[in-house]
Amino acid sequence: VTAERLLDPRRIAIAGIACGILAFWIALPPFTVRAIGVPFVFGFLGLGAGLWAVTRGQRKLGLWAIGLSIAGVAAGIWAQSRTTDSLDAVVSAGLVAATLRFATPLAFAAIGGLFSERSGVVNIGLEGMMLVGAFFGIYVAAETGSWPLGILGAMVAGALLASIHAIFTITFLADQIVSGFAMNLIALGITGYLFRSIYGTEGTPADIPRIPSITMPEWFRDIPFVGDVFGDLSFMTWLVFALTVAAWLVLFKTPLGLRLRSVGEHPRAADAVGIPVKRFRYGAVITSGALAALGGAYLSFGFGGSFNENMTNGRGYIALAAVIFGKWTPFGALGACLLFGFGFALAIPLQGEADISANLLSTLPYVLTLVALVGVIGRSRPPAAVGRPYVTQ
Amino acid sequence: VSENPPPGESSPPTGSRYTETLENWFRTRAGGLVVPIIATLFAFLVGGLVVAATGHNPLASYKAIFEGTGLNPFSYLNEDERRGAWFDLQQTLIVFTPLVLTALAVAFAFRCGMFNIGGQGQYFVGFYASLVIGTHLEGLSTFPHVVLAMVCAILAGAVWGGIAGILKASVGAHEVITTIMLNWVAIYAGQWLFELGGPLQGDQESIPKSNAIFESAHLPHVPFATGLQPLHVGVFIAVAALVVYTILLNRTTLGFEVRAVGFNPEAARYSGISVGRNYFLALAIAGAFAGLAGSLDNLGWKFTIATNDIQTSTVGFIGIAVALLGRNRAVGIFFAALLFAALSVGTSSRQLDADVFPPELAGNLSTLIQALIILFVATELLVVSIWQQRKRIGLGRAKPAGAEA
Repeated sequence: VTAERLLDPRRIAIAGIACGILAFWIALPPFTVRAIGVPFVFGFLGLGAGLWAVTRGQRKLGLWAIGLSIAGVAAGIWAQSRTTDSLDAVVSAGLVAATLRFATPLAFAAIGGLFSERSGVVNIGLEGMMLVGAFFGIYVAAETGSWPLGILGAMVAGALLASIHAIFTITFLADQIVSGFAMNLIALGITGYLFRSIYGTEGTPADIPRIPSITMPEWFRDIPFVGDVFGDLSFMTWLVFALTVAAWLVLFKTPLGLRLRSVGEHPRAADAVGIPVKRFRYGAVITSGALAALGGAYLSFGFGGSFNENMTNGRGYIALAAVIFGKWTPFGALGACLLFGFGFALAIPLQGEADISANLLSTLPYVLTLVALVGVIGRSRPPAAVGRPYVTQ
Repeated sequence: VSENPPPGESSPPTGSRYTETLENWFRTRAGGLVVPIIATLFAFLVGGLVVAATGHNPLASYKAIFEGTGLNPFSYLNEDERRGAWFDLQQTLIVFTPLVLTALAVAFAFRCGMFNIGGQGQYFVGFYASLVIGTHLEGLSTFPHVVLAMVCAILAGAVWGGIAGILKASVGAHEVITTIMLNWVAIYAGQWLFELGGPLQGDQESIPKSNAIFESAHLPHVPFATGLQPLHVGVFIAVAALVVYTILLNRTTLGFEVRAVGFNPEAARYSGISVGRNYFLALAIAGAFAGLAGSLDNLGWKFTIATNDIQTSTVGFIGIAVALLGRNRAVGIFFAALLFAALSVGTSSRQLDADVFPPELAGNLSTLIQALIILFVATELLVVSIWQQRKRIGLGRAKPAGAEA
C-alpha cells in the first residue's frame, strides 16, 4: 500500500515540479552552487518525473513539471554564468521585503474580494475602492494630521462606494460586472476631480503623516535574513497577515462564515433555512470595499507618500485574479498576492543588473497573472452562485 | 408591492388589432429608448450636483461645454462663428470615429455573452501595427500603403483580442481579467517601444516618441475639411463598420452562432454549436474593430505616438460606456458615440472657457458622467420603476394596464 501511495502520479508530478524549481534555486544565493552538472541532474529528475506522470493520467501537473524542469535548467545555467555579487544584488532580503511591500495592497483587496465572492457577488470594483481609499485616506490624514484617522477615512470611503455597488447589484439586480466597472470609473472621476480641485497642479502636500513601520528590537534585527526582512515592516503588512488569519477563522470556523458561504453557494437553500441572503450580501460587499480601501491607503500614505490620478494601475484586477488563483481561500489568495508582488518586486533589481528596460519589466506582474490564470483555472471552482443576482421568492 | 400586473400578463382583447400592435411596438421600442435617455439625464443631473458642490455654476458649465462641440446650431450668428462651429464639429467627428469602433469591440463580444474591457489594449496594438507600416515602406503610393496599414492593425487587434478568446475557450479564464491584464501589457510594451532608446523610438534622440508616418500613409480628408486638424475619411469607415457589424451579427451564420452562444451557451452547445470557437471568434473580431480604431487615429490625424499619449488615452474605456448606452445596436452606438465625443471635445482645455469651468476638472467630470450612465443603464429595473412612477404622478396615461379586465 505504501509503495502505491508513493508512486501516485500526482505526487510524482509535484516532486518533478519541485525538482524543476530546485534546478534554478540552487544556483542562487545563499546556495550559489557553481557546478554545471547540478542543475542538469535536478532538471533530468524533474523531466523524468513529469513524463512518468503524463503517461499515467496526470497530464496537467506532469506538463507543468516538464516545462518547469526545462526552464529551471536554462535559468540555472544562466544564473551560474553570473558573478555571485550581481546575483546577491538581485536575490536578497531586500527582494523578499519588496515582495511583501508590493503584496500588501493586493492582499487587502484580495481578502476583501474573497468576502464578496464568497457571498455570491462579483466585485470588479475593487480597483475603484482601492482608489477612493488611497485618495480619501491621504486627504483625511492631511487634514487631521493623524494617520489612524486617515485609515478610518479610507475605510469609510471604500465602504460607501461598495454600498453603491451593493444597492445596484443586490437590490436593483444590475449586472454585477457592469456595475463594478462603473464603480471603477466613478472612483476614477471622483478622485481625479477632487484631486485637481483640492490640490491643483501641486499634488498632495509633502508633510502628510505616514503609516509607520514597526521596528523590531535589536536582537531580532540581528538574525540574518529574517531580521532583514521582518525587522522593519509596515504596520499595514502585519495587519494584512493578521487579517488573512482572521478571514480564515471567520469564513471557515464560525457559524457566520458558514452562512456567508452558503449564501454564495446556494442562496435559495440559505433563504429557506432563514438566512437573510440580501443582508449577508450587503455586509460582505461593504466589507470588501472597506478592506480594498485599506490597500489603497497603504499605497498612498503608507508605501509612497503621495496620491496620483489612477495610482492603483490595475491592482484591483490583479487582486481579483489572486482570489481565483488562490481558489477562494484566504491563505491561497495571500499566496497568490505574494507571487504577483514578487513580479512587481523583481522588476527593480533586474532593471539595474540585467539592464532591461523598466517599462518592459513592468509588464511582468501582468504577464505573470495571465500565466497563473492559465495554469490554475481549470482546477479551481468558484462559489456556485457567484455573479447571479438573487430574487426573493 | 405593485398592484399593477406586469405588462406581459394582461393583454385584454379590446380595441382594434392595429392600435394594439402599434401600442406594443411603441412600448418595446420606447422602452429601449427611454432607459438610455433617462440614464443620460440622471447622469448629467448628478454630475451637475458635483459641479455645484465644488462651487461652479452647473448650467453655465454645461452650456459652455455644449458650445464647444460644434453641435449647437443657435450659435451661428455670423460667418466667423459658423466657421468656428464647423471647426469644432470636425473635432467632435474625429473623436467620434474611434469611439464607434471601440464601442463595436465591446458590443460584438457582449452579444456573445462576454464583457470585453480590452478595447484599450486592442486599440493600442492596432495603433502600433499601423505605425510600423506607416513609418516604413517609403515610396508606396497612398492607396496600398493606407490599406496595408489598416489590415495589419486589424490583424494585430484580432490577435490581441484572440488571446483572451483562446484563454476563455481553452481553460475558462474570465475575459474581464485577461483583457485587463492584456491592456496593461499593451500599455507598458508601448512605453518600452517608444521610450528613449526603445526599438521604435524616432530619430529625435531626446524625445520619447516615434517617427511620423510617411505622407503616403495619411488618410485623405473629407471634402470641405479645414483647419490644422481637418476631418479625415475615417469617419465614413467607422459608419461603414456599423453597417458591417449589423450585417455580420444578423445576416450571417457566424452572427447567429455568436448570438446563440451569448443567449445561452449550454443550449448552443446542445444544438451543436462550438462554444469555444465562438468565444475565440467573437473576441478576435471585437479586437479587429478596436485595432481598426487605432489605425484610423494614427493614419487620420495623429501620425505619431509619444509615451505620454499612451498613458493618457482612454478611448477604449469610453467605448465601453458608448456600447452600454447604445444598447449594443448600431443606431444606438452611433448616437451614443456622438454624445461622448461631444462631451470629450467640449470639455477639452482648448474649447472650454476657463472662467466658467476649469478644464482640468472637466475631463474628470466627463469620466464621472460616463460612469453614472453605465451604472444607470445597467440598472434597467431602477429606471423602469421610475418610468412607471410617472403614471402615479399623472404624467402618462392614468389608466392602469389591468383596469379593463
